[in-house]
Amino acid sequence: MKLTHAIGAVAALALMGAAPPARAGATMDAVKAKGFVQCGVNLGLYGFSAPDDKGNWTGLDVDVCRAIAAALFADANKVKYTPLSAQQRLPALQAGEVDLLARNTTWTLTRDTANGLDFTTPNYFDGQGFMVARKIGVKSVKELNGATVCVLPGTTTEQNLADYFRAAKMTYKPVVIEKNEELNSAFFSGRCDALTSDASQLAGVRAGQAANPDDYVILPELISKEPLTPAVRQGDSQWTDLVRWSQYVMVYAEEKGVTSKTVTVAQKSPDPDLQRLLGVTVGNGKALGIDEKWAFNIIMQVGNYGESFERNVGKESRLKLDRGLNALYTNGGLMYAMPPR
Amino acid sequence: MTTAAAWAKKNLFGSPANTVLTLLGLALLWQVVPPFVGWALIHASWGAGTPESCRQAGGACWTLLAERHRLMLFGLYPYEQHWRPFLAMLLFVALLAISSQRRCWRPWLGALWAAAVVLIGVLMWGGVLGLATVETAQWGGLPLTLVIAVLAIVIAFPMSIVLALGRRSQLPAIKAVSVGYIELVRGLPLVSVLFMASVMFPLFLPEGITIDKALRALVGMTLFTAAYLAEAVRGGLQAIPKGQFEAADALGLGYWQTMRLIILPQALRLVIPPIVNQFITCFKDTSLVTIVGLYDLLAATKASLNDPAWRPFFVEGYLAAALVYFCFCFFMSRYSQWLERELAKGSR
Repeated sequence: MKLTHAIGAVAALALMGAAPPARAGATMDAVKAKGFVQCGVNLGLYGFSAPDDKGNWTGLDVDVCRAIAAALFADANKVKYTPLSAQQRLPALQAGEVDLLARNTTWTLTRDTANGLDFTTPNYFDGQGFMVARKIGVKSVKELNGATVCVLPGTTTEQNLADYFRAAKMTYKPVVIEKNEELNSAFFSGRCDALTSDASQLAGVRAGQAANPDDYVILPELISKEPLTPAVRQGDSQWTDLVRWSQYVMVYAEEKGVTSKTVTVAQKSPDPDLQRLLGVTVGNGKALGIDEKWAFNIIMQVGNYGESFERNVGKESRLKLDRGLNALYTNGGLMYAMPPR
Repeated sequence: MTTAAAWAKKNLFGSPANTVLTLLGLALLWQVVPPFVGWALIHASWGAGTPESCRQAGGACWTLLAERHRLMLFGLYPYEQHWRPFLAMLLFVALLAISSQRRCWRPWLGALWAAAVVLIGVLMWGGVLGLATVETAQWGGLPLTLVIAVLAIVIAFPMSIVLALGRRSQLPAIKAVSVGYIELVRGLPLVSVLFMASVMFPLFLPEGITIDKALRALVGMTLFTAAYLAEAVRGGLQAIPKGQFEAADALGLGYWQTMRLIILPQALRLVIPPIVNQFITCFKDTSLVTIVGLYDLLAATKASLNDPAWRPFFVEGYLAAALVYFCFCFFMSRYSQWLERELAKGSR
């Protein structure tokens, strides 16, 4: 996974500057004219963007696309999806094949500066974690000294593992297996004490391949930073603003306790913050160049961030991920919305 | 002693070495077959159900196919409209069945093909007759695999003949172009060409203009197949004795008449095996279009295994996809053998 990311980054680097930066306002005009948002998504990553049984796209990343469509067209379904491989994603955004890239892409300095794109704000804070069998009683990565660890070869995951253990002056025995499925079964058959990968991936593996998911725990420490962030083309700040603030209002709605079910009632709330958010007090929509009901439509049709999280990757999904870093800042997480006023 | 026992004694236990090999073979079968049957049939979970019911059954999870075959077969094509690609697929198979009969090789077959292609296009695309428009980006699964493979083969075949003739041409310009094209394309991996088409190509186009992904993939496959086929055809051309050309000259036939009436019928018959080989390769190479972000049969199968609850049953999913590929490839291979026999009747 990470290796292909690296290849994609190199390919994109080679193409740096090939496409001119977008003119301010051009993207929104074009999107409004064609009547739908063209959204670049993963070819299939359960919980983030994947087609369901009926070929409908669902996931946390997909919800960002849907939010933009709801804000612009008052209809979250006005999205066309372009599934992109890791190598394709950045060039596809640059070339204007997609208006928005919501494809579990880690925000890094190199990508931000070199690739002619802008990141908006993270919609999922991921990181490399460890999974162990509950019965060995390990509560922290610090207790894994001397453990055998299952890891994919040639990835930044393997590199992070080595770096972390060296820095912590601990030893480990790597069990390196090329293929994901085999790696996972090696772990479940007890060949290694711990399995390491991105925490969201570990949850998927646990949900899908463990005989009894409750027998395994994902340790709380994350040893790398993977802030997964939607991206847009560089230079069109009107479009960047729209995407960023659409994400913020989903978080803000959760902070304010407004859900898709209560949003209609919340319109009548005397709270000036809510009145501004939901377009009762006008201003926000005009500033962004869209309808004043934009935030109302997002919350109504897509839901607040918490609803989106639980539905796609949290308790109501098969991944059963904890909020962790993705909890609101008031609950010890990193989700903090800038004030929409 | 019955004949069966006599046969067994002669062929299976004729010598000590044979006896050992027979016993080893039986042991191997004993090791492999009962567990496989147990997995695939006895403990398998059939019909509709959930991943949990599969887990409890303990064997093969054919439930996966029952639950998710539509995603595997049709990819992202809108769910309610699945009858359209299904019908298109049936049409395609019927068309192939008709085309394979020698007595149908008449001028009207060309017209039939044209009509069928238009009809299939209408079914898949829609936009007329009250059918909703479905963009090629949403096509997927087996219909996409068939469309790309069959169109690539049908377009590439005449191209390859022209290229092969061009390569043997006396005119330096035509020869240079043909050789250059064939060598260039054969020198590049298909993956890299598809990758270029999907990643580099859009950057050279003006902003906002994109070329259909399926078309890009189809063009890539066609150019490729043509170059490889051209070499197979050239092999056939070179195998024709010089006397045939001279005889055609003596009869006063021009170049095109010579080729059409004398040389190509003989040359193509000689190279049926490599040509079919190339057709089969082309059919299987369609699985590479996933690089362009299209959901062909294999990619759609993969997509249907996305859900972590179904992922443990990937073996069943891939087995089913393999079976579909095998059916088509095996048909092509058997048909080519029949065709060889059929066309060789004259030389018997």
